[in-house]
Amino acid sequence: MSTTFDAVAEIISETSDIPLEEITPEKNAFTDLGIDSLDFLDIAFAIDKKFGIKIPLEQWTEELNENNAEVDEYFVLSKLCDRIDEIIAAKDA
Amino acid sequence: MLLEYFQMIDTVEELDPDNGKIVARADVPKESPVFEGHFPGSPLVPGVLLIETMAQASGFMLLARLKFEKMPFLANVTTAKMRTFVEPSAILRVEAELEHDGSGFAKTTARISSDGKKICDSKLMFRIMPFPNETLKGNMLDRFSQISR
Repeated sequence: MSTTFDAVAEIISETSDIPLEEITPEKNAFTDLGIDSLDFLDIAFAIDKKFGIKIPLEQWTEELNENNAEVDEYFVLSKLCDRIDEIIAAKDA
Repeated sequence: MLLEYFQMIDTVEELDPDNGKIVARADVPKESPVFEGHFPGSPLVPGVLLIETMAQASGFMLLARLKFEKMPFLANVTTAKMRTFVEPSAILRVEAELEHDGSGFAKTTARISSDGKKICDSKLMFRIMPFPNETLKGNMLDRFSQISR
């Protein structure tokens, strides 16, 4: 059964042309994989479509800009997938 | 259209911001400094200006949808196909639809036709950001008012 991480890794690989084997849960999308904010919009779009959700990027960016969160909290892939699972669970509740 | 001022949309003919749809009209001028270079002796509307036209139609739809609280900025021309040439005095029908309303971004599909003939189509992405200043916001509101029926 495909996990959220498998799906996200596949999206990142296809969107950003990064080999799938380099995409591991502990990697930070920006600092480790070199994805920039524009590419991440394509990733967010594909994740939104795949899971039928709306990743709250504006809210996350606001929290980062106001120093109320660390980049790793949202963009380390294992944590990103946890967030996605939370959003899916909230949608289905 | 005032090509040299990047005023591409002349009239908004149909607008449904809730459903993310717009139809606009753009009248290509008979003469423009743009045609002096593109191309000498064979004036054609540059493809990049057709993309800009599709982006502006998308942008006005998004502005209306956002109630002018934020501004869409073109961030990604995902695809763009130029199917035929556009000459001076052509009357263009510009259509755009919201494909995805993301958080801080939006995707649209847009197309231009003339006399029922396909001219071009594109998939575009916009970053949705605060207006950089009140002057721009005021200018966008004024422009929208001018082109709205």
